[in-house]
Amino acid sequence: MGTFRPVIHVSRIRKSYGATVAVSEVSFDVGEGEVFGLIGPNGAGKTTTMECVEGVRRPDAGRISILGLDPFRDVVQVQNRIGVQLQQAQLQKRIKVWEAVDLWASLYPKPLDGNRLLEQLGLADKRNAWFMTLSGGQKQRLFIALALINDPEVVFLDELTTGLDPQSRRAIWDLVRGIRDRGKTVFLTTHLMEEAERLCDRVAIIEHGEIVDIGSPEELVRRHCPTRTVILATENALAEERLGAIPRVENVIRQGSQFTIQGRGEDFVTEVIQCLSENRIRVADFRTVLPNLEDVFLKLTGHSIRD
Amino acid sequence: MLRGLRKLTWLEIKIFLREPLGAFGSILFPVLVFVVAGRFVGGLRGPGSLAAAGFLRVGLPVFVSVLIALSAVLSLVTVISIYREGGILKRLRATPLRPQTILAAHVLVKLALTALTMALMVLAGKRYFPAHTHVPIFGFTVALLIATWSILSIGFLIASIVPTARFAQPIGAAILYPMIGLCGLFVPVQSLPPALQAVARVVPLTYAVSLLDGIWKGEAWSAHLGDVAALVAVFAVCTALSAKVFRWE
Ligand SMILES: Nc1ncnc2c1ncn2[C@@H]1O[C@H](COP(=O)(O)OP(=O)(O)OP(=O)(O)O)[C@@H](O)[C@H]1O
Ligand SMILES: [Mg+2]
Repeated sequence: MGTFRPVIHVSRIRKSYGATVAVSEVSFDVGEGEVFGLIGPNGAGKTTTMECVEGVRRPDAGRISILGLDPFRDVVQVQNRIGVQLQQAQLQKRIKVWEAVDLWASLYPKPLDGNRLLEQLGLADKRNAWFMTLSGGQKQRLFIALALINDPEVVFLDELTTGLDPQSRRAIWDLVRGIRDRGKTVFLTTHLMEEAERLCDRVAIIEHGEIVDIGSPEELVRRHCPTRTVILATENALAEERLGAIPRVENVIRQGSQFTIQGRGEDFVTEVIQCLSENRIRVADFRTVLPNLEDVFLKLTGHSIRD
Repeated sequence: MLRGLRKLTWLEIKIFLREPLGAFGSILFPVLVFVVAGRFVGGLRGPGSLAAAGFLRVGLPVFVSVLIALSAVLSLVTVISIYREGGILKRLRATPLRPQTILAAHVLVKLALTALTMALMVLAGKRYFPAHTHVPIFGFTVALLIATWSILSIGFLIASIVPTARFAQPIGAAILYPMIGLCGLFVPVQSLPPALQAVARVVPLTYAVSLLDGIWKGEAWSAHLGDVAALVAVFAVCTALSAKVFRWE
């Protein structure tokens, strides 16, 4: 990815609503051209953090800089260079799609062509539809269009696919990849681990208003869940003993003819394969289960993100 | 500074007219009431004696104008609270639109609708009450716009404090409508008991009615500078207060 040039710098921000501390001591950087994800359960402080960076909400303490500017002092300059999609936003029920795009375009100095944008987002035939008649996925695509209309350098997407069916979700993921491919920086939040894994170059895991860890999905998995799991089925009587003798094996569980073997290290799976071939153990089934962000989250917070 | 104001105002007018009952409820309905009531009263007393029409102390046009202004205010309260609850205000605010622009657009929409209703009433009035063609229509419209503008700021204050959109209409009505009884529409302020007189003097609507009534009767603006000043003061106070307590979400 070349050198890391931060476009967003957040340093120890804090935000409370009355007695509720929504965000405390949150710091991170987002690099130019990357897709950065803030992941965490409901109420973790994702939206609050993002809105502080957008300049929509003022933190109680801490420093934020975006594109080298202060989102509260240089409001206009920042707004002209960022695109924002808010969680749970609505538009006027009876505003037409083209009217919304037209209004937004009129607010910026160098807007993109609204019609082309609608076409790219698959909304061309909905130009004259009222906002209230759009489906969830169409509304989200309209919000993406509005976030992109000023050809921003940084795009903020807050829970973009929540409530959408898997098909619309995939379509939106493709759109986000498209945005990244055009060289823009994307800052998104999600509580879907799959979404984070597929889209994000780097993620920050946030819980109870604090960042637990930051890194690329692979990095986080390697750091927190180094255990690899192999599941295989064999009738060979020697299997249990031989598999248990692999150097970095941690656990061998047998259920009838099925074995679940866990061990550490990048080479663990290779070692299992070698063991099988050296001992001429015939297997009827062979699967590896790789840990993912979901497991990282469980490990770091002690619970699943959906609880 | 007010970038987007013209576009947003025009858009909000179109959106308003798309609402079921939007145009009918707030433009045609008052005119209809005016025409029906005017015919009834006119038939009873003969044309030209509107001001003396039964229970009303002021002319029917003044009465209906006040109702128009109040309904504009109520609809402003409702719109703002619906926009806030739906996150529309927040979404608009995350653009280069200034907050003042968004609010100004709504005020302009309401003023435009008030003026339009007024114009229709004048047309209807011309037809049914030819005796009143000498009335200073232009001055009266200006007076109505000033009054509405001032009362709209009360609407903003109400919109700033109503908790949810569901309560907007009832709370707004509960605050605004009692003013009607005290503002001199039915009984002259001077003939109220002293305690109520004191209340009437702080009810902004009193000054609106006094101004509208005076201008309608052909009195000079100079005689009503006090009313205008009071309305401007109401506007200033309410605007300052709502700037402090207004919530965007
Ligand atoms: N306007 C507000 N007033 C009071 N409390 C708030 C407000 N907004 C958020 N909170 C509280 O702050 C905390 C963080 O909320 P936030 O919306 O940032 O979480 P989130 O991670 O975006 O959650 P979700 O996944 O549900 O969107 C929560 O406890 C929430 O109840
Ligand atoms: Mg959120």
